[in-house]
Amino acid sequence: MKTLLILGAGTAGTMMANRLRKALPRDAWAIRIVDKTDTHLYQPGLLFVPFGMTEPESLRRPTRDLLPDDIDLLVGEVAEVTPEAHEVRLADGRTLGYDVLVVATGTTPRPEETPGLDGELWYRDAFDFYSYDGAVALRDRLATWEGGRMVIFLAESIFKCPVAPLEFAFLADAFFEERGIRDRVEITYVTPLSGAFTKPKAAAFLGDLMGKKGITVVPDFYAERVDEDRKVLVSYDDQEVPFDLLVAVPINMGADFVDASDMGDVDDLNYVPTDRHTLQSRDHPDVFVIGDATNVPASKAGSVAHFESEILVENILHHIAGEPLAASFDGHANCFIETGHGKAALIDFNYDTEPLPGRFPMPVVGPMSLLRESRLNHLGKLAFEWIYWHVLLTGRPLPVSTALSMAGKHVGEDETVDDAVAEPA
Amino acid sequence: METMFDLSTLAVNDDGYLLNADDWSPEVAHAIAAEHGIALTDPHFAVLQYLRDRVAEGTPLTIRRIGKSGLVSIKEFYGLFPGGPLKVSSRIAGIPKPASCV
Repeated sequence: MKTLLILGAGTAGTMMANRLRKALPRDAWAIRIVDKTDTHLYQPGLLFVPFGMTEPESLRRPTRDLLPDDIDLLVGEVAEVTPEAHEVRLADGRTLGYDVLVVATGTTPRPEETPGLDGELWYRDAFDFYSYDGAVALRDRLATWEGGRMVIFLAESIFKCPVAPLEFAFLADAFFEERGIRDRVEITYVTPLSGAFTKPKAAAFLGDLMGKKGITVVPDFYAERVDEDRKVLVSYDDQEVPFDLLVAVPINMGADFVDASDMGDVDDLNYVPTDRHTLQSRDHPDVFVIGDATNVPASKAGSVAHFESEILVENILHHIAGEPLAASFDGHANCFIETGHGKAALIDFNYDTEPLPGRFPMPVVGPMSLLRESRLNHLGKLAFEWIYWHVLLTGRPLPVSTALSMAGKHVGEDETVDDAVAEPA
Repeated sequence: METMFDLSTLAVNDDGYLLNADDWSPEVAHAIAAEHGIALTDPHFAVLQYLRDRVAEGTPLTIRRIGKSGLVSIKEFYGLFPGGPLKVSSRIAGIPKPASCV
């Protein structure tokens, strides 16, 4: 009996477990999955928690319920991987062998990496919303906040769900407007990037939307520290942005075992060097990497993990059969962007093709608008929660192609999108 | 002072970044740097070479990574290439404008 071991039971790891269980013969392959908790969190839902738009408890489910019975689920922290010995050591001392390893340990916010962020202001006037506790603490703070300077701040350019801080800004604008205090709130968006987004057409669309909503963008701001006493963000080149309420996207880092096992990239963000097309570890042939844990130049997002999982199952089967890794990931990402007031935009892109305007074909509900706000997109985002639990994680097919499709996209320079779909009012 | 390389002979994109990495030479670097008001020294060139090597490997660049390169601290990187240090240094290094994955 051989063992396929998956590290991490988040979006990527759970999808892989379910897909591989269908693909690998039960009499030849055991599948085992390790996670540091026994609870699965629907991370896309955290965005709505601070605004009271969703109940945080509803976002969690027991991991066990998401896996077939014959997959062995172990709860424990991975301490070290020794690829040469095909062995994984957990923090509690257990050691696990494997024939094929799938690293799906994701990335987490590390507020302690920015001096002054994780100090006395943390969860008082400075918050993150990418963690359950942070999203709930921010909700409680916003419920009684009477206005002032809200600063949304990106500590690093590589972080998970790159559109979430933009969505947060748009939803905050709508939230304060609906509470009748928008005129008492200044919203500032501070980013180390050169704008709200970097890919040109999406940057233009989103930058324009920021302007319309009265959100000030401070680009090229690389934060060195938070001055706790003065409540000021300070950059490496001594620019300053004062705040009353700070909503941070802290530096994101992959799992600590990546560094402890000397499997990380040359920067110290603990991402595993991974072939961008085959998803095989660049250093260890029996190790494959998926989702936020890789260093591939794609967005760190659930949709990317989903498209990767289809490629990776194929390549693991090729690898086991001793065949060339024929399946190739194209960097495909597909993200809804909540824009407030019950609307959302949709972007679809890959390594080579930037987000373009046009229509995104979708069976049953009809085409969705790309790079344009619509109600249907918002409904799509809401519907996705059900799809996540019942279709995506279980490895059932979704009606979206793995490789990016150009169908419906406008590639011309000055195409307008005035022919976009009629929407339900 | 020596005559600067004539940049108008090279193919660049709308933002002034070289389209062909092979067009780059130290002379080209000096000429682009001059447009940013920077006189290049050895520490500048060490950083430029590091950037070119990373791009040749296909690894994405971040300011944080430069700070971990062992060549310069992030503060020193800002000192060498004031403004947006990664954008400015990338242009001088003849590599594409750094784009994040978004």
